[in-house]
Amino acid sequence: MPRTPTRRNTELLLLLGAIGIVLIFSAAAEAGSAGEVTADFWVLPVMLGLVLLAAHVVVRFVAPYADPVILPAVALLNGLGVVFLRRLDLGELNLKDRAGLSVFSGLGFKQLIWTLVAIGLFSALLIVVRDHKSISRYAYSLGLAGVVLVAIPAVLPSSLSEVNGAKLWVRLGPVSFQPGEFAKVALLCFFAYYLVRKREVLSLASKRIAGIDFPRGRDLGPVLAVWLFSMLVLVFEQDLGTALMYFGMFVVMLYIATERVSWILIGLGTFAGGAVLAHSMVSRLQLRVSIWWDPFSDARGKGYQLVQSLLGFGTGGLFGTGPGAGQPTIIPEAENDFITAGFGEEIGLFGLTALLCLYMVVVMRGLRTAVGVRDSFGKLLAGGLSFTLGLQVFVIVGGVTKLIPLTGQTTPFLSAGGSSLMANWLLIALLIRISDAARRPVLATPKEPLKLQDAHTEVIRT
Amino acid sequence: MNAPLRRVGIVALVLFGLLFVNLNYVQFYKGTITEEYRNSPYNGRVRLDEYKNERGEILLGGGVIVAKSVDTGGELRYQREYPFGPAFAHIVGYKSIHYGNAGIEYAENDLLSGKSGDLFVNRLTGMLTGKNAAGGSVQLTINQKAQEAAFSGLGNRKGAVVAIDATTGAILATASTPSFDPGPLSSNSGATAQEAWTKYNNDPAQPMLNRAFANRYPPGSTFKIIDSAVALSKGLTPDSMVKAGSEYRPPQTTHVIRNAHPSICPQAEVTLKTALTFSCNTAFSRMAVEDLKAGPLSNQAKAFGFGTKFETPMVSVASETGPLDDKDPAVLAGSAIGQQNVTMSPLQGALIGAAVANGGTLMKPYLVAETQGPDLSVIDKANPGVFSRPVTPDVASGLQEMMVSVVENGTGTAAKIPGVKVGGKTGTAETGAAADEHGWFVGFAIKGNQKIAVAVFLERAGEGGSREATKLAGTVMNAALAK
Repeated sequence: MPRTPTRRNTELLLLLGAIGIVLIFSAAAEAGSAGEVTADFWVLPVMLGLVLLAAHVVVRFVAPYADPVILPAVALLNGLGVVFLRRLDLGELNLKDRAGLSVFSGLGFKQLIWTLVAIGLFSALLIVVRDHKSISRYAYSLGLAGVVLVAIPAVLPSSLSEVNGAKLWVRLGPVSFQPGEFAKVALLCFFAYYLVRKREVLSLASKRIAGIDFPRGRDLGPVLAVWLFSMLVLVFEQDLGTALMYFGMFVVMLYIATERVSWILIGLGTFAGGAVLAHSMVSRLQLRVSIWWDPFSDARGKGYQLVQSLLGFGTGGLFGTGPGAGQPTIIPEAENDFITAGFGEEIGLFGLTALLCLYMVVVMRGLRTAVGVRDSFGKLLAGGLSFTLGLQVFVIVGGVTKLIPLTGQTTPFLSAGGSSLMANWLLIALLIRISDAARRPVLATPKEPLKLQDAHTEVIRT
Repeated sequence: MNAPLRRVGIVALVLFGLLFVNLNYVQFYKGTITEEYRNSPYNGRVRLDEYKNERGEILLGGGVIVAKSVDTGGELRYQREYPFGPAFAHIVGYKSIHYGNAGIEYAENDLLSGKSGDLFVNRLTGMLTGKNAAGGSVQLTINQKAQEAAFSGLGNRKGAVVAIDATTGAILATASTPSFDPGPLSSNSGATAQEAWTKYNNDPAQPMLNRAFANRYPPGSTFKIIDSAVALSKGLTPDSMVKAGSEYRPPQTTHVIRNAHPSICPQAEVTLKTALTFSCNTAFSRMAVEDLKAGPLSNQAKAFGFGTKFETPMVSVASETGPLDDKDPAVLAGSAIGQQNVTMSPLQGALIGAAVANGGTLMKPYLVAETQGPDLSVIDKANPGVFSRPVTPDVASGLQEMMVSVVENGTGTAAKIPGVKVGGKTGTAETGAAADEHGWFVGFAIKGNQKIAVAVFLERAGEGGSREATKLAGTVMNAALAK
């Protein structure tokens, strides 16, 4: 019997390539913004590279059959993010002070530290959770945790939770984090478990109307619950993006579990209805929509951020101004929501397309993992995680390019901020864990290929 | 579950596809093709970006710098400086944060800023090495001595001087007064620029108006060169007798044309040469109405450059004769002596002199001798070209003979330069009942192979204006002739 290749060396090679690109990007960004490549240009990329290599070693030992592309792709995104944040630090300074900025300061270094923490969590999860199915044991706890995390900022007073009008934060003195980022991963685990358990009743009993199978009224319960939950998020936290994310991921997982198009129709219908309803009630949403419709009508006022974002993209054109040579700091929040606008200005349409392709590769690899893995829970979880990542990229990049109304979302692995980095690295750890199971040779595991019922029974047994 | 997973994969691809399509719209269509986003008034990036590059210099022959960029180290990194201040202001123009560019700074902006297609390789190396690409340099045709003679000669008066090398069309001097200092206007400090802009724009003397290129004035008797050109082209010689007299009343009008002084041309007939030498209004008005006719006159004016906006590359206004018609002899008679609707830029005046001096061939006027890349390699050298041949060489030599007579014996004696063949025509243009007249001199100086044409215009200089203009023309031509 031929041995299934682990592809770990492929991963190592790709990872080294990614670190190399980050090094070059760092040198180019310094040359472009400070006028010279400082002697310290390699510090952040190399420190990051060492941590990433450590992550690779962890994967090599505890998930040897994992997908070899996901980690390098995410590493490259994260590395470019760190370097770009340092580039923004430089951009805030006067030209003559730029070359002298310590690498151990500013957003760039902070992001590096957060990356270390995030990769620590990533490794810990891979080491602790050796079989993704074991997660289903904690599904209800995770579900509860998710709801609580989402609710915390909503119930906290605005002084502790509001940043730029959106109540998404928990701010305790100097430390602030976005619990919603973690809630996303926790809720995904819960949804996967719940839907695998309920998939038969949700998919079998139905009424056929106009050629489409619609579920029974009582089975609509969970959808309605999530819908209500999303709307509450929207109303209390004034955040369409997060509501859209939760709802989108739930509907897609429902569809994957039941294979029924009707769920998507119902999902889209109820979300559209809810959004219209919310639009009439939530002033912030009306503002966002009117800015999206015509940002140039108040280009120096309310539309300023989006206008500057578009002008940044437009100035970049096909090839961009070159790393470090643009003016991304003109856009408020260039380090958060609008980081892709900065990239678009400096690396142009071609560079940004390549960057987005990295996300696409991760999403596609994740969905491939879902197809490849043998158990339903793994399929659903991997599918949900991958799609959610793709949806988040769509929501934020679509927002800053005026494809859809802008909603506050972080750009995974690029935006400044620990919560987002940690949550997304955990998401990647889960994907890598499942992909290891998907590619692991059947004979290497003593158990029979799992069927849904078995998986379920096993959960109860243990 | 695999079938829906694959479909979800397709949905994800569609979502990414939408992002890509939209990015192409924003970055390629709006950013690169229409440049709407790039050039938006709300876009401060392009400006900041422009100031990041060292803009090219504007030079005179011999490496004299009239505009350069200096590194300030600030956010707007390079700032423009003009070592000669007002003397070259109307040529080099300015480069302002708020008010755009003017002069050569405007006309050659692509080259100076480094955006020109000629500098593509330069930009590419800049992109690869991470260094900001510097702009190219522009070398002007201006002769420093002639320019300074013109500018200081104008002094505190309002007026303009244009001097041209008649054999090539190269512009040797072009001054306009009062002038302005392009330095403060081009300051990187918005407040300084605004203050200067407001001051110059509120000045009733209009210092920012380029009187040499951008405005036109009634040419008065200098237009008689064109009448004479038509007359000679019809077969007359400088010695042909033409009707003169102290008064001429064109048909269908009560307005009587007189000479500037009763002592001028009281005779019934004088030679054509005498008529020009002493600037006989009655002779030229009568000749225009009775012999030359409206069509040939306006065609002759067009052949000399009237109706054309010259791109040097700084663009001039087109001089005009206004509608001329044989059925309106009063207007025709007035137009023949440079009144009525005839208006001319000083540049156009110099071009008339140039065509006559150059044997009837008018060369295209140009201001840029050479463009250079940042490495001082020559990108482009001026290639003199013929604009038109308004008169035959025979007619041109007849005109030269008559215009030399003006300087030797007539109204233009103040322009004489010893040892040089100087010809010209003075003009005193009425500008309305109460206002002072404009003074003009249009002429040339020929010394060996050197042929210099000049026009001097003094705005509302009054009675002695044309004599002052004539004197200044002599000074400027003398300076231009000096090697």
